[in-house]
Amino acid sequence: MTEKNESKYVKYLLITISVIFLFFFLVLPLFVVVTEAFKKGVDQYLQAVTDEYTVKAALLTIEATFFAVFINTIFGVFAAWSITKFRFKGKKILTTLIDLPVTVSPIIAGLIYVLTFGRQSILYPLLEKYDIKVVFAVPGIVLATIFVTFPFVSRELIPVLESQGTDEEEAAALMGANGRTIFWKVTFPHIKWAFLYGVVLCATRAMGEFGAVSVLSGHLRGKTNTLPLHVEILFNEFQYMPAFAVSSVLVVMAIILLIIRSVIEYKGKKEEE
Amino acid sequence: MKTKKRKTKNDRVIPGFGLSLGITLTILSFVVLIPLATLVIFTAGMSFPEVIKTITKPRVLASFEVSFLTAFIASVINTVMGIILAWVLVRYDFPFKRLMDGMIELPFALPTAVAGISLTALTSNNGLVGSFFAKFGIKLAYTRVGITIALVFIGIPFVVRTVQPVLEKLDPSYEEAAGVMGADRFTIFCRVIFPEIWPAAITGFGLAVGRCIGEYGSVVFIAGNQPFETEIAPLIIMSKLQEYDYASATAIALAMLIFSFLILFLVSFFQARNSAMIQGRR
Repeated sequence: MTEKNESKYVKYLLITISVIFLFFFLVLPLFVVVTEAFKKGVDQYLQAVTDEYTVKAALLTIEATFFAVFINTIFGVFAAWSITKFRFKGKKILTTLIDLPVTVSPIIAGLIYVLTFGRQSILYPLLEKYDIKVVFAVPGIVLATIFVTFPFVSRELIPVLESQGTDEEEAAALMGANGRTIFWKVTFPHIKWAFLYGVVLCATRAMGEFGAVSVLSGHLRGKTNTLPLHVEILFNEFQYMPAFAVSSVLVVMAIILLIIRSVIEYKGKKEEE
Repeated sequence: MKTKKRKTKNDRVIPGFGLSLGITLTILSFVVLIPLATLVIFTAGMSFPEVIKTITKPRVLASFEVSFLTAFIASVINTVMGIILAWVLVRYDFPFKRLMDGMIELPFALPTAVAGISLTALTSNNGLVGSFFAKFGIKLAYTRVGITIALVFIGIPFVVRTVQPVLEKLDPSYEEAAGVMGADRFTIFCRVIFPEIWPAAITGFGLAVGRCIGEYGSVVFIAGNQPFETEIAPLIIMSKLQEYDYASATAIALAMLIFSFLILFLVSFFQARNSAMIQGRR
Protein backbone atom coordinates (compact mmCIF):
# COMPACT_ATOMS: atom_id res chain seq x y z
CA MET A 1 0.00 0.00 0.00
CA THR A 2 2.63 2.52 1.06
CA GLU A 3 4.84 1.28 -1.77
CA LYS A 4 2.16 2.22 -4.30
CA ASN A 5 1.54 5.65 -2.80
CA GLU A 6 5.19 6.49 -2.84
CA SER A 7 5.45 5.31 -6.42
CA LYS A 8 2.56 7.57 -7.41
CA TYR A 9 4.20 10.50 -5.66
CA VAL A 10 7.42 9.84 -7.55
CA LYS A 11 5.46 9.50 -10.78
CA TYR A 12 3.84 12.93 -10.53
CA LEU A 13 7.08 14.51 -9.40
CA LEU A 14 8.99 13.13 -12.40
CA ILE A 15 6.24 14.06 -14.85
CA THR A 16 6.15 17.59 -13.43
CA ILE A 17 9.93 17.95 -13.74
CA SER A 18 9.78 16.72 -17.34
CA VAL A 19 6.94 19.04 -18.28
CA ILE A 20 8.63 22.08 -16.72
CA PHE A 21 11.94 21.27 -18.42
CA LEU A 22 10.37 20.80 -21.84
CA PHE A 23 8.18 23.87 -21.36
CA PHE A 24 11.16 26.14 -20.75
CA PHE A 25 13.47 24.64 -23.33
CA LEU A 26 11.10 23.74 -26.16
CA VAL A 27 7.73 25.45 -25.83
CA LEU A 28 8.85 28.91 -24.73
CA PRO A 29 11.35 29.39 -27.60
CA LEU A 30 8.62 28.57 -30.11
CA PHE A 31 6.23 30.90 -28.31
CA VAL A 32 8.82 33.69 -28.50
CA VAL A 33 9.24 33.20 -32.26
CA VAL A 34 5.51 33.59 -32.82
CA THR A 35 4.98 36.57 -30.50
CA GLU A 36 8.02 38.44 -31.82
CA ALA A 37 7.00 37.74 -35.42
CA PHE A 38 3.53 39.24 -34.93
CA LYS A 39 4.66 42.04 -32.62
CA LYS A 40 3.92 44.74 -35.17
CA GLY A 41 0.78 43.23 -36.58
CA VAL A 42 -0.21 40.91 -39.37
CA ASP A 43 0.47 43.43 -42.17
CA GLN A 44 4.08 43.92 -41.17
CA TYR A 45 4.45 40.18 -40.75
CA LEU A 46 3.18 39.48 -44.26
CA GLN A 47 5.42 42.19 -45.62
CA ALA A 48 8.48 40.64 -43.99
CA VAL A 49 7.61 37.15 -45.18
CA THR A 50 6.89 38.19 -48.77
CA ASP A 51 9.91 40.47 -48.97
CA GLU A 52 11.85 40.00 -52.21
CA TYR A 53 15.00 38.73 -50.48
CA THR A 54 13.04 36.40 -48.19
CA VAL A 55 11.36 34.78 -51.18
CA LYS A 56 14.70 34.41 -52.98
CA ALA A 57 16.25 32.90 -49.86
CA ALA A 58 13.32 30.50 -49.56
CA LEU A 59 13.77 29.40 -53.17
CA LEU A 60 17.48 28.73 -52.61
CA THR A 61 16.68 26.76 -49.45
CA ILE A 62 14.20 24.65 -51.42
CA GLU A 63 16.77 24.12 -54.18
CA ALA A 64 19.51 23.02 -51.77
CA THR A 65 17.09 20.79 -49.86
CA PHE A 66 15.88 19.18 -53.07
CA PHE A 67 19.41 18.34 -54.26
CA ALA A 68 20.46 17.08 -50.83
CA VAL A 69 17.44 14.79 -50.59
CA PHE A 70 17.83 13.62 -54.19
CA ILE A 71 21.55 12.74 -53.98
CA ASN A 72 21.40 11.31 -50.48
CA THR A 73 18.39 9.15 -51.33
CA ILE A 74 20.11 7.62 -54.34
CA PHE A 75 23.23 7.16 -52.29
CA GLY A 76 21.35 5.84 -49.28
CA VAL A 77 19.50 3.15 -51.23
CA PHE A 78 22.57 1.88 -53.09
CA ALA A 79 24.81 2.07 -50.03
CA ALA A 80 22.31 0.27 -47.81
CA TRP A 81 21.73 -2.36 -50.50
CA SER A 82 25.43 -3.08 -50.99
CA ILE A 83 26.21 -3.07 -47.27
CA THR A 84 23.40 -5.36 -46.19
CA LYS A 85 23.00 -7.76 -49.12
CA PHE A 86 26.61 -8.57 -49.92
CA ARG A 87 29.73 -9.59 -48.10
CA PHE A 88 32.90 -7.71 -48.93
CA LYS A 89 36.08 -6.44 -47.34
CA GLY A 90 36.18 -2.95 -45.89
CA LYS A 91 32.50 -2.83 -45.00
CA LYS A 92 33.25 -1.44 -41.57
CA ILE A 93 35.40 1.35 -43.03
CA LEU A 94 32.66 2.16 -45.52
CA THR A 95 29.99 2.54 -42.83
CA THR A 96 32.33 4.66 -40.72
CA LEU A 97 33.03 6.96 -43.68
CA ILE A 98 29.32 7.30 -44.41
CA ASP A 99 28.63 8.34 -40.82
CA LEU A 100 31.59 10.71 -40.68
CA PRO A 101 29.85 13.86 -42.00
CA VAL A 102 27.41 14.12 -39.10
CA THR A 103 30.12 13.74 -36.49
CA VAL A 104 32.11 16.63 -37.90
CA SER A 105 31.32 20.18 -36.78
CA PRO A 106 29.37 21.99 -39.51
CA ILE A 107 32.03 24.71 -39.54
CA ILE A 108 34.72 22.11 -40.22
CA ALA A 109 32.53 20.66 -42.98
CA GLY A 110 32.44 24.08 -44.58
CA LEU A 111 36.20 24.49 -44.09
CA ILE A 112 36.90 21.19 -45.87
CA TYR A 113 34.98 22.36 -48.93
CA VAL A 114 36.70 25.74 -48.91
CA LEU A 115 40.04 23.94 -48.92
CA THR A 116 38.89 21.66 -51.73
CA PHE A 117 37.35 24.20 -54.06
CA GLY A 118 38.75 27.51 -52.83
CA ARG A 119 41.48 29.64 -54.32
CA GLN A 120 44.42 27.76 -52.77
CA SER A 121 43.17 24.36 -53.93
CA ILE A 122 44.92 22.28 -56.57
CA LEU A 123 41.55 21.95 -58.26
CA TYR A 124 41.10 25.70 -58.54
CA PRO A 125 42.86 26.24 -61.93
CA LEU A 126 40.69 23.50 -63.38
CA LEU A 127 37.50 25.03 -61.98
CA GLU A 128 38.52 28.45 -63.21
CA LYS A 129 39.19 27.15 -66.71
CA TYR A 130 35.62 25.95 -66.98
CA ASP A 131 34.32 28.96 -65.07
CA ILE A 132 32.79 26.90 -62.28
CA LYS A 133 32.33 28.72 -58.99
CA VAL A 134 31.78 26.55 -55.93
CA VAL A 135 32.87 28.59 -52.92
CA PHE A 136 30.68 31.64 -52.21
CA ALA A 137 28.24 30.37 -54.82
CA VAL A 138 25.17 28.17 -55.06
CA PRO A 139 27.04 24.88 -55.84
CA GLY A 140 28.96 25.28 -52.57
CA ILE A 141 25.75 25.70 -50.63
CA VAL A 142 24.25 22.63 -52.28
CA LEU A 143 27.39 20.56 -51.61
CA ALA A 144 27.54 21.63 -47.98
CA THR A 145 23.89 20.68 -47.54
CA ILE A 146 24.49 17.28 -49.12
CA PHE A 147 27.47 16.73 -46.83
CA VAL A 148 25.77 17.49 -43.52
CA THR A 149 22.77 15.26 -44.30
CA PHE A 150 24.80 12.56 -46.04
CA PRO A 151 24.02 9.44 -43.95
CA PHE A 152 20.39 10.18 -43.11
CA VAL A 153 18.71 7.88 -45.64
CA SER A 154 21.22 5.01 -45.53
CA ARG A 155 21.21 5.07 -41.73
CA GLU A 156 17.47 4.40 -41.62
CA LEU A 157 17.61 1.67 -44.27
CA ILE A 158 20.60 -0.34 -43.03
CA PRO A 159 19.09 -1.68 -39.77
CA VAL A 160 15.82 -2.63 -41.49
CA LEU A 161 17.56 -4.41 -44.35
CA GLU A 162 19.96 -6.08 -41.96
CA SER A 163 17.23 -7.57 -39.79
CA GLN A 164 15.39 -8.74 -42.89
CA GLY A 165 18.33 -10.84 -44.12
CA THR A 166 19.00 -11.95 -47.67
CA ASP A 167 16.87 -15.11 -48.00
CA GLU A 168 14.01 -13.54 -49.92
CA GLU A 169 16.31 -11.79 -52.38
CA GLU A 170 18.32 -14.94 -52.91
CA ALA A 171 15.18 -16.92 -53.59
CA ALA A 172 13.98 -14.32 -56.09
CA ALA A 173 17.39 -14.28 -57.78
CA LEU A 174 17.47 -18.05 -58.08
CA MET A 175 14.04 -17.95 -59.68
CA GLY A 176 15.54 -15.67 -62.30
CA ALA A 177 14.44 -12.18 -61.26
CA ASN A 178 16.81 -9.40 -62.21
CA GLY A 179 18.20 -6.82 -59.81
CA ARG A 180 15.60 -4.17 -60.50
CA THR A 181 12.68 -6.56 -60.05
CA ILE A 182 14.14 -7.92 -56.84
CA PHE A 183 14.59 -4.44 -55.44
CA TRP A 184 11.14 -3.12 -56.28
CA LYS A 185 9.13 -6.29 -55.69
CA VAL A 186 10.97 -7.92 -52.80
CA THR A 187 13.11 -5.41 -50.94
CA PHE A 188 11.32 -2.10 -51.30
CA PRO A 189 8.01 -3.14 -49.69
CA HIS A 190 9.98 -3.93 -46.51
CA ILE A 191 11.84 -0.65 -46.38
CA LYS A 192 9.07 1.65 -47.62
CA TRP A 193 8.46 3.37 -44.29
CA ALA A 194 12.11 3.49 -43.26
CA PHE A 195 12.85 4.99 -46.68
CA LEU A 196 10.21 7.71 -46.33
CA TYR A 197 11.36 8.36 -42.77
CA GLY A 198 14.93 8.85 -43.94
CA VAL A 199 13.86 11.18 -46.74
CA VAL A 200 11.85 13.37 -44.36
CA LEU A 201 14.70 13.38 -41.83
CA CYS A 202 17.11 14.41 -44.57
CA ALA A 203 14.81 17.19 -45.80
CA THR A 204 14.32 18.49 -42.25
CA ARG A 205 18.02 18.83 -41.57
CA ALA A 206 18.87 20.09 -45.06
CA MET A 207 16.35 22.91 -44.76
CA GLY A 208 17.76 24.19 -41.48
CA GLU A 209 21.50 23.79 -42.04
CA PHE A 210 23.36 26.87 -40.93
CA GLY A 211 27.03 26.46 -40.02
CA ALA A 212 28.41 24.70 -43.09
CA VAL A 213 26.30 26.76 -45.46
CA SER A 214 27.37 29.90 -43.66
CA VAL A 215 31.04 29.15 -44.37
CA LEU A 216 30.46 28.52 -48.07
CA SER A 217 27.95 31.27 -48.75
CA GLY A 218 29.30 34.70 -49.51
CA HIS A 219 26.21 36.09 -47.73
CA LEU A 220 25.09 37.85 -50.89
CA ARG A 221 21.48 38.84 -50.50
CA GLY A 222 19.26 37.41 -53.18
CA LYS A 223 22.11 35.26 -54.50
CA THR A 224 23.72 32.96 -51.97
CA ASN A 225 21.44 33.46 -49.02
CA THR A 226 19.35 30.61 -47.63
CA LEU A 227 16.50 31.17 -45.17
CA PRO A 228 18.55 30.42 -42.02
CA LEU A 229 21.30 32.74 -43.27
CA HIS A 230 18.70 35.39 -44.01
CA VAL A 231 17.52 35.11 -40.41
CA GLU A 232 21.09 35.72 -39.26
CA ILE A 233 21.55 38.79 -41.46
CA LEU A 234 18.27 40.35 -40.32
CA PHE A 235 19.00 39.62 -36.67
CA ASN A 236 22.49 41.10 -36.86
CA GLU A 237 21.02 44.22 -38.46
CA PHE A 238 18.73 44.54 -35.43
CA GLN A 239 15.69 43.92 -37.62
CA TYR A 240 14.24 41.64 -34.96
CA MET A 241 10.65 41.53 -36.16
CA PRO A 242 11.49 40.46 -39.74
CA ALA A 243 14.10 37.99 -38.41
CA PHE A 244 11.43 36.29 -36.30
CA ALA A 245 8.89 36.46 -39.11
CA VAL A 246 11.26 34.54 -41.40
CA SER A 247 12.03 32.18 -38.50
CA SER A 248 8.33 31.47 -38.05
CA VAL A 249 8.23 30.19 -41.63
CA LEU A 250 11.04 27.78 -40.80
CA VAL A 251 9.31 26.76 -37.58
CA VAL A 252 6.12 25.94 -39.46
CA MET A 253 8.09 23.91 -42.00
CA ALA A 254 9.94 22.07 -39.22
CA ILE A 255 6.71 21.24 -37.38
CA ILE A 256 5.01 20.01 -40.56
CA LEU A 257 7.96 17.73 -41.31
CA LEU A 258 7.97 16.56 -37.69
CA ILE A 259 4.30 15.62 -37.92
CA ILE A 260 4.83 13.80 -41.23
CA ARG A 261 7.66 11.97 -39.56
CA SER A 262 5.58 10.76 -36.62
CA VAL A 263 2.83 9.67 -39.01
CA ILE A 264 5.37 7.66 -41.02
CA GLU A 265 6.81 6.16 -37.87
CA TYR A 266 3.34 5.24 -36.61
CA LYS A 267 2.26 3.67 -39.91
CA GLY A 268 5.49 1.76 -40.19
CA LYS A 269 5.09 0.32 -36.70
CA LYS A 270 1.46 -0.57 -37.37
CA GLU A 271 2.38 -2.40 -40.55
CA GLU A 272 5.07 -4.30 -38.72
CA GLU A 273 2.50 -5.65 -36.33
CA MET B 1 28.28 -8.87 -66.48
CA LYS B 2 25.86 -9.50 -63.69
CA THR B 3 25.33 -13.12 -64.75
CA LYS B 4 29.07 -13.68 -64.92
CA LYS B 5 29.39 -12.68 -61.33
CA ARG B 6 26.63 -15.03 -60.38
CA LYS B 7 28.45 -17.94 -61.94
CA THR B 8 31.87 -17.19 -60.59
CA LYS B 9 30.94 -16.42 -57.03
CA ASN B 10 28.61 -18.79 -55.35
CA ASP B 11 27.99 -16.69 -52.27
CA ARG B 12 26.69 -13.75 -54.31
CA VAL B 13 23.40 -14.96 -55.66
CA ILE B 14 21.78 -11.54 -55.60
CA PRO B 15 22.67 -9.49 -58.68
CA GLY B 16 23.79 -5.88 -58.78
CA PHE B 17 26.77 -5.89 -56.44
CA GLY B 18 29.13 -4.15 -58.84
CA LEU B 19 26.63 -1.51 -59.85
CA SER B 20 25.42 -0.61 -56.36
CA LEU B 21 28.86 -0.56 -54.75
CA GLY B 22 30.12 1.44 -57.73
CA ILE B 23 27.46 4.12 -57.31
CA THR B 24 27.99 4.14 -53.54
CA LEU B 25 31.74 4.64 -53.86
CA THR B 26 31.41 7.29 -56.60
CA ILE B 27 29.08 9.48 -54.56
CA LEU B 28 31.09 8.83 -51.39
CA SER B 29 34.28 9.91 -53.20
CA PHE B 30 32.82 13.18 -54.40
CA VAL B 31 31.10 14.17 -51.19
CA VAL B 32 33.41 12.80 -48.50
CA LEU B 33 36.66 11.26 -49.70
CA ILE B 34 38.01 13.94 -52.05
CA PRO B 35 37.31 16.81 -49.62
CA LEU B 36 38.81 14.78 -46.79
CA ALA B 37 41.87 13.98 -48.86
CA THR B 38 42.29 17.68 -49.58
CA LEU B 39 42.28 18.35 -45.86
CA VAL B 40 45.00 15.73 -45.38
CA ILE B 41 47.07 17.13 -48.26
CA PHE B 42 46.68 20.66 -46.94
CA THR B 43 47.69 19.57 -43.45
CA ALA B 44 50.74 17.73 -44.77
CA GLY B 45 51.95 21.05 -46.14
CA MET B 46 51.91 22.67 -42.72
CA SER B 47 54.79 22.41 -40.28
CA PHE B 48 54.08 20.73 -36.97
CA PRO B 49 55.57 23.46 -34.73
CA GLU B 50 53.46 25.98 -36.65
CA VAL B 51 50.29 23.98 -35.91
CA ILE B 52 51.18 23.72 -32.22
CA LYS B 53 51.91 27.44 -32.10
CA THR B 54 48.52 28.24 -33.61
CA ILE B 55 46.47 26.04 -31.32
CA THR B 56 48.28 27.09 -28.13
CA LYS B 57 47.65 30.79 -28.57
CA PRO B 58 45.90 32.00 -25.40
CA ARG B 59 42.80 33.10 -27.27
CA VAL B 60 42.47 29.73 -29.03
CA LEU B 61 43.08 27.81 -25.79
CA ALA B 62 40.45 29.93 -24.07
CA SER B 63 37.97 29.10 -26.84
CA PHE B 64 38.65 25.37 -26.39
CA GLU B 65 38.02 25.79 -22.70
CA VAL B 66 34.71 27.56 -23.33
CA SER B 67 33.61 24.95 -25.87
CA PHE B 68 34.55 21.91 -23.78
CA LEU B 69 33.30 23.28 -20.48
CA THR B 70 29.90 24.37 -21.75
CA ALA B 71 29.46 21.20 -23.83
CA PHE B 72 30.31 19.09 -20.79
CA ILE B 73 27.98 20.89 -18.38
CA ALA B 74 25.12 20.96 -20.89
CA SER B 75 25.53 17.25 -21.57
CA VAL B 76 25.58 16.38 -17.87
CA ILE B 77 22.30 18.29 -17.46
CA ASN B 78 20.92 16.49 -20.50
CA THR B 79 21.99 13.10 -19.20
CA VAL B 80 20.12 13.58 -15.93
CA MET B 81 17.07 15.06 -17.66
CA GLY B 82 17.30 12.49 -20.45
CA ILE B 83 17.09 9.57 -18.03
CA ILE B 84 14.11 11.19 -16.29
CA LEU B 85 12.37 11.93 -19.62
CA ALA B 86 13.00 8.44 -20.98
CA TRP B 87 11.70 6.93 -17.75
CA VAL B 88 8.56 9.08 -17.79
CA LEU B 89 7.90 8.32 -21.47
CA VAL B 90 8.40 4.56 -21.12
CA ARG B 91 6.91 3.78 -17.72
CA TYR B 92 4.05 6.21 -17.15
CA ASP B 93 0.78 6.91 -18.91
CA PHE B 94 -0.57 10.43 -18.95
CA PRO B 95 -2.43 12.75 -21.32
CA PHE B 96 -0.45 14.21 -24.24
CA LYS B 97 2.31 11.65 -23.78
CA ARG B 98 2.64 11.14 -27.54
CA LEU B 99 2.88 14.89 -28.08
CA MET B 100 5.66 15.03 -25.51
CA ASP B 101 7.43 12.14 -27.19
CA GLY B 102 7.25 13.90 -30.56
CA MET B 103 8.42 17.19 -29.07
CA ILE B 104 11.73 15.61 -28.00
CA GLU B 105 12.73 15.62 -31.69
CA LEU B 106 12.20 19.36 -32.03
CA PRO B 107 15.86 20.32 -31.51
CA PHE B 108 16.76 18.02 -34.42
CA ALA B 109 14.13 19.54 -36.67
CA LEU B 110 14.33 23.21 -35.78
CA PRO B 111 16.98 25.15 -37.74
CA THR B 112 19.77 26.02 -35.33
CA ALA B 113 19.73 29.70 -36.28
CA VAL B 114 16.05 29.92 -35.32
CA ALA B 115 16.75 28.23 -31.99
CA GLY B 116 19.65 30.61 -31.50
CA ILE B 117 17.77 33.85 -32.00
CA SER B 118 14.70 32.77 -30.05
CA LEU B 119 16.75 31.58 -27.06
CA THR B 120 18.64 34.86 -27.20
CA ALA B 121 15.41 36.85 -27.20
CA LEU B 122 14.12 34.73 -24.33
CA THR B 123 17.17 35.08 -22.09
CA SER B 124 18.30 38.61 -22.84
CA ASN B 125 17.75 41.18 -20.08
CA ASN B 126 14.36 42.23 -21.42
CA GLY B 127 13.29 38.74 -22.51
CA LEU B 128 10.64 36.62 -20.79
CA VAL B 129 13.07 34.54 -18.75
CA GLY B 130 16.04 36.90 -18.81
CA SER B 131 14.12 39.78 -17.20
CA PHE B 132 13.28 37.57 -14.22
CA PHE B 133 16.92 36.67 -13.63
CA ALA B 134 18.01 40.25 -14.32
CA LYS B 135 16.13 41.31 -11.17
CA PHE B 136 18.66 39.31 -9.17
CA GLY B 137 21.54 40.68 -11.22
CA ILE B 138 22.08 37.44 -13.11
CA LYS B 139 22.83 37.74 -16.80
CA LEU B 140 21.96 34.77 -18.99
CA ALA B 141 22.41 35.77 -22.61
CA TYR B 142 25.90 36.78 -23.74
CA THR B 143 27.52 34.74 -20.94
CA ARG B 144 28.74 31.16 -20.64
CA VAL B 145 25.44 30.34 -18.98
CA GLY B 146 23.73 31.43 -22.21
CA ILE B 147 25.96 29.15 -24.27
CA THR B 148 25.12 26.27 -21.94
CA ILE B 149 21.39 26.97 -22.32
CA ALA B 150 21.68 26.80 -26.11
CA LEU B 151 23.63 23.55 -25.88
CA VAL B 152 21.11 22.00 -23.49
CA PHE B 153 18.46 22.76 -26.11
CA ILE B 154 20.53 21.15 -28.89
CA GLY B 155 21.39 18.07 -26.83
CA ILE B 156 17.96 17.14 -25.43
CA PRO B 157 17.16 14.27 -27.84
CA PHE B 158 20.44 12.35 -27.53
CA VAL B 159 20.21 10.73 -24.09
CA VAL B 160 16.43 10.31 -24.25
CA ARG B 161 16.67 8.44 -27.53
CA THR B 162 19.48 6.13 -26.42
CA VAL B 163 18.01 5.28 -23.01
CA GLN B 164 14.40 4.86 -24.19
CA PRO B 165 14.87 1.57 -26.12
CA VAL B 166 16.82 0.02 -23.25
CA LEU B 167 14.10 0.88 -20.74
CA GLU B 168 11.47 -0.52 -23.10
CA LYS B 169 13.33 -3.83 -23.19
CA LEU B 170 13.87 -3.89 -19.44
CA ASP B 171 11.56 -6.41 -17.82
CA PRO B 172 9.67 -4.86 -14.85
CA SER B 173 9.53 -8.28 -13.18
CA TYR B 174 13.14 -7.85 -12.04
CA GLU B 175 12.14 -4.75 -10.16
CA GLU B 176 9.12 -6.50 -8.74
CA ALA B 177 11.30 -9.36 -7.59
CA ALA B 178 13.66 -6.91 -5.92
CA GLY B 179 10.66 -5.18 -4.35
CA VAL B 180 9.28 -8.44 -3.02
CA MET B 181 12.63 -9.22 -1.50
CA GLY B 182 12.38 -5.96 0.42
CA ALA B 183 14.42 -3.48 -1.59
CA ASP B 184 13.14 0.10 -1.53
CA ARG B 185 12.67 2.12 -4.72
CA PHE B 186 16.01 3.87 -4.41
CA THR B 187 17.92 0.60 -4.02
CA ILE B 188 15.99 -0.88 -6.94
CA PHE B 189 16.96 2.06 -9.12
CA CYS B 190 20.64 1.89 -8.14
CA ARG B 191 21.00 -1.87 -8.18
CA VAL B 192 18.56 -3.09 -10.84
CA ILE B 193 17.77 -0.29 -13.29
CA PHE B 194 20.91 1.81 -13.33
CA PRO B 195 23.33 -1.02 -14.24
CA GLU B 196 21.16 -1.70 -17.30
CA ILE B 197 20.85 1.84 -18.59
CA TRP B 198 24.21 3.39 -17.86
CA PRO B 199 25.95 2.26 -21.07
CA ALA B 200 23.06 3.79 -23.04
CA ALA B 201 23.22 6.96 -20.97
CA ILE B 202 26.99 7.27 -21.51
CA THR B 203 26.51 6.69 -25.23
CA GLY B 204 23.93 9.46 -25.35
CA PHE B 205 26.18 11.69 -23.24
CA GLY B 206 29.08 11.14 -25.64
CA LEU B 207 26.96 11.84 -28.70
CA ALA B 208 25.64 15.00 -27.07
CA VAL B 209 29.14 16.23 -26.15
CA GLY B 210 30.30 15.54 -29.70
CA ARG B 211 27.44 17.51 -31.17
CA CYS B 212 27.72 20.37 -28.66
CA ILE B 213 31.44 20.94 -29.19
CA GLY B 214 30.92 21.51 -32.88
CA GLU B 215 27.68 23.42 -32.54
CA TYR B 216 27.68 26.84 -34.15
CA GLY B 217 24.28 28.11 -35.29
CA SER B 218 22.44 28.18 -32.00
CA VAL B 219 25.43 29.41 -30.01
CA VAL B 220 26.74 32.41 -32.00
CA PHE B 221 23.70 34.54 -31.27
CA ILE B 222 23.47 33.87 -27.54
CA ALA B 223 27.22 33.79 -26.85
CA GLY B 224 28.10 37.44 -27.29
CA ASN B 225 31.41 36.18 -28.73
CA GLN B 226 33.76 37.98 -26.33
CA PRO B 227 37.34 36.73 -26.77
CA PHE B 228 38.53 34.72 -23.73
CA GLU B 229 35.05 34.80 -22.23
CA THR B 230 32.34 33.56 -24.57
CA GLU B 231 34.14 32.82 -27.81
CA ILE B 232 33.69 29.20 -28.92
CA ALA B 233 36.22 27.23 -30.99
CA PRO B 234 34.02 26.92 -34.13
CA LEU B 235 33.65 30.71 -34.12
CA ILE B 236 37.44 31.16 -34.15
CA ILE B 237 37.65 28.84 -37.17
CA MET B 238 34.92 30.89 -38.82
CA SER B 239 36.71 34.20 -38.24
CA LYS B 240 40.05 32.77 -39.43
CA LEU B 241 38.26 31.69 -42.61
CA GLN B 242 36.86 35.15 -43.08
CA GLU B 243 40.39 36.51 -42.82
CA TYR B 244 41.47 33.92 -45.44
CA ASP B 245 43.87 32.51 -42.83
CA TYR B 246 43.26 28.93 -43.95
CA ALA B 247 46.34 27.50 -42.21
CA SER B 248 45.23 28.62 -38.74
CA ALA B 249 41.64 27.58 -39.40
CA THR B 250 42.79 24.11 -40.43
CA ALA B 251 45.10 23.74 -37.43
CA ILE B 252 42.29 24.52 -34.99
CA ALA B 253 39.89 22.32 -36.94
CA LEU B 254 42.35 19.42 -36.73
CA ALA B 255 42.59 19.75 -32.95
CA MET B 256 38.80 19.65 -32.76
CA LEU B 257 38.57 16.72 -35.17
CA ILE B 258 41.01 14.65 -33.13
CA PHE B 259 38.96 15.30 -30.05
CA SER B 260 35.67 14.39 -31.76
CA PHE B 261 37.14 11.14 -33.07
CA LEU B 262 38.31 10.32 -29.57
CA ILE B 263 34.77 10.80 -28.29
CA LEU B 264 33.38 8.80 -31.20
CA PHE B 265 35.77 5.96 -30.42
CA LEU B 266 34.68 5.89 -26.78
CA VAL B 267 31.04 6.10 -27.78
CA SER B 268 31.32 3.16 -30.17
CA PHE B 269 32.82 1.15 -27.34
CA PHE B 270 29.81 1.81 -25.10
CA GLN B 271 27.44 1.45 -28.02
CA ALA B 272 28.69 -2.09 -28.63
CA ARG B 273 27.98 -2.95 -24.99
CA ASN B 274 24.65 -1.24 -25.23
CA SER B 275 23.40 -3.02 -28.35
CA ALA B 276 24.57 -6.34 -26.90
CA MET B 277 22.39 -5.52 -23.92
CA ILE B 278 19.34 -4.71 -26.02
CA GLN B 279 19.74 -7.78 -28.20
CA GLY B 280 20.45 -10.06 -25.25
CA ARG B 281 17.07 -9.20 -23.82
CA ARG B 282 15.11 -10.15 -26.90
